[in-house]
Amino acid sequence: MVESIVSTGVAIGCVYALIGITYNVMFSASRVFSFTAGTLGMLGGVLGALFIGHMGVPVALGFLLVLVAGAVFGIVTEIVAVRPVLRSLDQHLYVLSTLALALIVQQFTAIEWGTDARPFPRLFDLARGAFDQQFWLPMLACAAVIVGLELLYRYTLVGRAFLAIAEDTYAARALGLPERRLRMASYALAGAIGALAGFAGGEMLLAFFGNAPLLTFYGFVPVALGGMGSNRGAVVAGLLLGLFQQASNFLVGGIFASVAVFSVFIIVLLVRPEGLAGTSLQRRV
Amino acid sequence: MDTPAAQWRVPEVRLLGSTLTAGAAMPFLALLVVGIVFPLFGGGYWGLIATRACVYWVLVSGLNLIVGFAGQIAIGWVALLTLGAYTTSVLAAGNAMPALPPFAALAIAAVAGGLFGLIIGLPALRLRTFYFAITTLGFATIVTQVALAWQSVTGGGVGVAGPIFPQPFSSQWGFYYLCFGAAAICTWMTANVAASRFGRALTAIRDAEVAAEASGISKPGLLTTVFVFSGALAAVAGGLFASLQSYITPDAFTLDLSVLFFIAILIGGRGSILGPLLGTILLTVLPEFAAPLVAWSTFLYAVLLLVIVLAVPGGIAELLDFKNRRPLESHRAIVPRPELLHRLVGTAPDAGALTLERVALNFGGVRAIDGLDLEIRSGQVHGLIGPNGSGKTTTLNVISGYYAQQSGSVRLNGAALPVLARHRRAHVRIARTFQTPRIVGSASVLQNVMIGGTIDGRATFAEAMLSLPRHRRDEAMLHDAAMLALATVGLERLASVRADRLQHSELRFIEIARALMLRPAFLLLDEPAAGLSAEEIGRLGALLVAIARAGTGLLVVEHHPDLIFDICHHITVLNLGKMLAAGTPAEIRSHREVVNAYLGG
Repeated sequence: MVESIVSTGVAIGCVYALIGITYNVMFSASRVFSFTAGTLGMLGGVLGALFIGHMGVPVALGFLLVLVAGAVFGIVTEIVAVRPVLRSLDQHLYVLSTLALALIVQQFTAIEWGTDARPFPRLFDLARGAFDQQFWLPMLACAAVIVGLELLYRYTLVGRAFLAIAEDTYAARALGLPERRLRMASYALAGAIGALAGFAGGEMLLAFFGNAPLLTFYGFVPVALGGMGSNRGAVVAGLLLGLFQQASNFLVGGIFASVAVFSVFIIVLLVRPEGLAGTSLQRRV
Repeated sequence: MDTPAAQWRVPEVRLLGSTLTAGAAMPFLALLVVGIVFPLFGGGYWGLIATRACVYWVLVSGLNLIVGFAGQIAIGWVALLTLGAYTTSVLAAGNAMPALPPFAALAIAAVAGGLFGLIIGLPALRLRTFYFAITTLGFATIVTQVALAWQSVTGGGVGVAGPIFPQPFSSQWGFYYLCFGAAAICTWMTANVAASRFGRALTAIRDAEVAAEASGISKPGLLTTVFVFSGALAAVAGGLFASLQSYITPDAFTLDLSVLFFIAILIGGRGSILGPLLGTILLTVLPEFAAPLVAWSTFLYAVLLLVIVLAVPGGIAELLDFKNRRPLESHRAIVPRPELLHRLVGTAPDAGALTLERVALNFGGVRAIDGLDLEIRSGQVHGLIGPNGSGKTTTLNVISGYYAQQSGSVRLNGAALPVLARHRRAHVRIARTFQTPRIVGSASVLQNVMIGGTIDGRATFAEAMLSLPRHRRDEAMLHDAAMLALATVGLERLASVRADRLQHSELRFIEIARALMLRPAFLLLDEPAAGLSAEEIGRLGALLVAIARAGTGLLVVEHHPDLIFDICHHITVLNLGKMLAAGTPAEIRSHREVVNAYLGG
């Protein structure tokens, strides 16, 4: 039983962490938290089931198509919901514009795909075991993304440019970095990561339009607790969240598990609004 | 005797005791009449739609104060509708305990709604916008999960029967009138709140939070009250909704409903009552005209939301605001009338002195203020000058509680002022203006100035909501004082204009008028002359001298040497957070280091 809690908890925690990283990648490029993070996760699951399960596309090609679709949605988010409001004086408009876009996609999915949770195809023809592919796929995806991002940021010029934009947009622009193109690239990258999260966790979460708001919320918890912009914090907090959720699910039952997660989230944020690992920002008058 | 202030009052009608102007009340009266005679014309199905619109409005009217007025993005408010619906139904059906009469169940639901409104609202007091939006979303998903899982009480996925209200409310039209009555009362109450000092304070929190704090508005206190009120209304709407549906399951409370409520407010326009009311009616009725579109309704609402956010952030209310389309006079001169000051501030008793003792503050490794001593006496103008980055504005922010000094103290007549207690400064009559004017752009000039007098109102939130006599006295007093303050700074002719249509220089004078509403013992001005013409600077100087003569102590941070040397009794020159020199204007003008470092030869 403990084994099952740990494997499910870690696996679902990895999905949350990946959605958290999706938030972070978008945030560091634009200082905007986007409601589309969970929608990307939902799309990863639904599109994976559509391409591979329904249309019979080979797994590798289907996987690639899902990532491309995620990247395209990321770019659309940047163009439609982020760029227009970055210029606006009312900085809170991004909350509404990204929410609207997330709802548009979610509702479209509900109508075209249906409102029932549908199964996600098994990707590899392996026997079911205690340590099944539905558990190790999200873990593998999470590890790959962390290593990939680390390599990108550390060893490539584009990655360093991402960091420069995240650190100080104005200074980066003054240095002649193509800020807009980099922001679009970040959103494409975030889109692919978000879709990957839903794809890898597809078998656990199923292909279900209602995953969008759930992932939007549970994916943000690691960001809030781990400190915004910090991928390491998001992974640690995501894993803890997954384990905590599964443990309380088993110990006290489904209702109180979600109530417990929510209560912990609220209490931590009220006590430390900057997150467990973050530092507070000086407010300016 | 007719006071000059009374002559400037706009003609008002007292409609049901509330202070709406005649023109503004007309649409509400029309809707009231339509609603009352509706059963004579509407068929059975349209009766259902009309009842639903009323129920939704009961919720939206309360949510409007949170979203439209206070600017807090509460997207999961459907959770409170769910809570109210289940509480009322379960208590009336007797699932958990002996069955209660429906109205008693509804009352208990209202209390529960208020409580949970508070719990959901608490994070808004500390968290940034997106965090708050996401917590309300999280709460909404959890309430639905609880309703599904707690089968013994809620019936799980099978659901529970809604309450049936007793005669005469059990018939279709009887129930319609119950809901319509509730909707009408909610309209009246929230319109009262909107037109009160609480409504203005909410918009100040939304658009100019630092100015709200400097005016003594306590954000936690006010938002808490509004969250409780709005939570209770949402739960009442839930109880009525359950009765209207006659049977409820968790499926009835999807996030789609939250979106509908939210969008109704944004379509209507922030800071308006009529706009969101029309928005609610529109969104409830619209799908009925386009039956094939029902499945797509939430999709279309979401598209609408995107379009509104990107194209018409002002919503219906702004489209209907014809008054503010009329062009303003183009060459307007600001002519202050300092002689009115004594009527506004009276003859203040000697307030003593505001002193800084060895105040020091570091930002990281930078010494922003380094052991500064300062004394501002009442009735005098104290100038604070120095190059950029010398710590002038930081000093002002320490005095008004935005920054906490690491050592030293700020004292008012010997008593230390608590650090960081921003909104308490107004209560000891310390007012301030800002380097960039902080105003509520969508409110009128008059309303902006009235915000400055918020703490002088005596009526409670409940009294304002019900428009009781003490509240009306408050409003009359604040109105007259604000008109007087506007006349004093020379802007009374623009009183009814939207503040964001004014020129920069006029906004500076509005800020001074707002600060004067506090009858300040001390007034801190942060670069009041920036952006003003030479002529305006001259008038500003005369006004500031008059304010000091009326007994207020002034601290003026400024870069215009002419203004400073003209009006100050005492000048402190800062450099790198330290006092470089202090003395009378004549002494400073001949101070060699100051001339070299700052004034130039």
